[in-house]
Amino acid sequence: MAEDLPTPSASPPPAANTACGTCVFNNAAQLRALGVDVSGHDHVVALAGNPNTGKSTVFNALTGLRQHVGNWPGKTVTGAEGGFGYRQRHYKLIDLPGTYSLLSDSQDEDVARDFLLFGQPDVTVVVVDATRLQRNLNLVLQILQVTGRVVVALNLVDEAHRHGLALDQRHLARELGVPVVPMTARNRQGLDTLLEAIEQVALGTVATRARRVRHGDDRTEHAVSELAARLRRDHPGLANTRWIALRLLEGDPGIERAVTDGTLDRLSGATPHAVSSETTGT
Amino acid sequence: MTSSSILDHAARLRDGLPEGFRDEVVESLYSDAARITETSVTERHDGTKLTLDRLLDRALTHRVWGFVAMGLLFFGVFWFTISGAAGPSSLLSNVLVDYGHSRLHALVAPLPTPDWVTGLLLDGVYLSTAWVVAVMLPPMAIFFPLFTLLEDFGYLPRVAFNLDRLFAKAGAHGKQSLSMMMGYGCNAAGVTATRIIDSRRERLIAIITNNFSVCNGRWPTLILMGTIFIGALAPPALAGVIAAASVVTVAFLGVLVTLLVSWTLSKTVLRGHSSTYSLELPPYRPPKVWRTLYTSLIDRTLKVLRRAVVMAAPAGAVVWLISNVTIADASIAAHLVGALDPLGWVLGLNGIILLAYLVAIPANEIIIPTILMLTMTLGTNLFDAQQGVMLELGTAQTHTVLTQAGGWTLLTAVNLMLFSLLHNPCSTTILTIWNETKSPKWTTVATLLPIGLGFAVTGLTATVARLAGWA
Repeated sequence: MAEDLPTPSASPPPAANTACGTCVFNNAAQLRALGVDVSGHDHVVALAGNPNTGKSTVFNALTGLRQHVGNWPGKTVTGAEGGFGYRQRHYKLIDLPGTYSLLSDSQDEDVARDFLLFGQPDVTVVVVDATRLQRNLNLVLQILQVTGRVVVALNLVDEAHRHGLALDQRHLARELGVPVVPMTARNRQGLDTLLEAIEQVALGTVATRARRVRHGDDRTEHAVSELAARLRRDHPGLANTRWIALRLLEGDPGIERAVTDGTLDRLSGATPHAVSSETTGT
Repeated sequence: MTSSSILDHAARLRDGLPEGFRDEVVESLYSDAARITETSVTERHDGTKLTLDRLLDRALTHRVWGFVAMGLLFFGVFWFTISGAAGPSSLLSNVLVDYGHSRLHALVAPLPTPDWVTGLLLDGVYLSTAWVVAVMLPPMAIFFPLFTLLEDFGYLPRVAFNLDRLFAKAGAHGKQSLSMMMGYGCNAAGVTATRIIDSRRERLIAIITNNFSVCNGRWPTLILMGTIFIGALAPPALAGVIAAASVVTVAFLGVLVTLLVSWTLSKTVLRGHSSTYSLELPPYRPPKVWRTLYTSLIDRTLKVLRRAVVMAAPAGAVVWLISNVTIADASIAAHLVGALDPLGWVLGLNGIILLAYLVAIPANEIIIPTILMLTMTLGTNLFDAQQGVMLELGTAQTHTVLTQAGGWTLLTAVNLMLFSLLHNPCSTTILTIWNETKSPKWTTVATLLPIGLGFAVTGLTATVARLAGWA
């Protein structure tokens, strides 16, 4: 029963005026939960992940909001918004619906995909269930094709440990090419490291090199490259051209619409982030 | 111009690709994920926790025992709610309704306020609000935390898993069991949750049938009817058990109706194949007891109560007005009740109940207070009630009012419970259905189908009961 009691760290420590509280190494103490206040944010952070991996728990931990946390898929079907401050910066956090992939066509998955592609968040935190790594990685790899500015939050490591699983997160980070942060969001463990990683990716102080997936056989790979080159020529500055090319080859109606109604032109109107993440695929 | 030529370019390249290139793309993604997982995860083979999870799952998702466990768990929750809420309810009723109302009247008496103002505000708005708080707060403060604990523990996905097989047989999407579970909190939320279903056909089925999940606003009606009419039939020691059993029966009936209507729709107007999907069972987690108590009290209980109070205040005013404005020797309420009475009789209900359901379209939470208010006004004047004024009533007195002034029988109570399950969605839900479907046709179907069913079922029950001589 004792472990059910709110841990002391569950409320912001009243340490702001003590030496530890203000120390630059005490990351969690520098978190300022801003609730629904997203005014004047410096960066947009998206929270993505499979259903039921603890996205809403991470969202609540960062924003101090009380989004209903349910232990089942399908509870967040629209993106919730909140804000938090870390060090000198304000972040706007978007909690996306949980999805297994970006390839299907249900409404909740569209919300997630469209936001990642068209909303161009500065950082995408993919919350991953450590006890079901393989299935979760399917989504991570797909997201890495859309954006390279990703932090993987390896959540539920306590459960993985109980189930007898040992995870090598450094190897995982090398394979994926983005920071991997092990955490137990329910107990606010790993939150400080996550904040640090979010800041580093947002400011570009760590270079992410998102893993590129080879698509099918050589012919498919060749077609993707050719169409991606064409997209880069027509829309200079457009990010993630390889992914868009693949979707166009597959005849994804949402992406075809984006081509015809000029959304792509708007995207290639080049926010600085869009340009810099272009290098991540190579 | 370039835009269309990019699409042409894509189409040309696509023609040059092998037939199954889409599957290959997905496959290469999956094999990548598998390889990375293999190299980053090592498994120790001593997972004792895992076997406990498996053991629990074997019982809770068993073809037979799964349903038995489900019944027992929900029964336990309701029994606890009903027996625990009685004391606090009558205490609140004493303080807010009995003491509070007369104190307010005493306070206002010396002031030069016109009678209709005190009547409208104190007897209409204040009393109905106080009533809603007294009747609804205690059961909700017990029910919601219990329900949320079950949810936090990871039990609800198991319920969905049990029902999944049945939904597949009914030609509906298995995920409908999830939106249905959301409906047990609020139908509007349940309708929004159907977005997780990709196929429009299956989504419509889920939307139309969501209303058969008993929502927050309807639990109090069921609990009260179960307590004062059905529980009262049993010896006092068993009353709580029987009352809880009757509430669980109605909730299960809702699941049955959901399945039957889904099946009928998928065999008639919404024909098609049911899609497959995989529902994963999350691991059991020790519930965070204190956090759950806190959030369920603040977020769920108070939210519902606020909605009930916000709705009860204007409804109280409306009831007071229609009871006190007279046209041709009778109040508007009396005219309306008179007009609805014949239909009410056929359904084994009465005109007052039907009028209450009209007044309560914005919120089901206020059904019981409205019924009581109208019964006391229009029925035999037992407690010297003024027009449209509710007096202080404990559970026992509520029973007296309904049977003696309202002429209620066991049939009325049973049919009210059935009608509470089977009637039109509240206005918020109707609006949500419209927003989600953007179709006048399906919004109408989703609104009228449940009430049509309600008429049929209560009419049938009433006829059978009368023919058999039970009522």
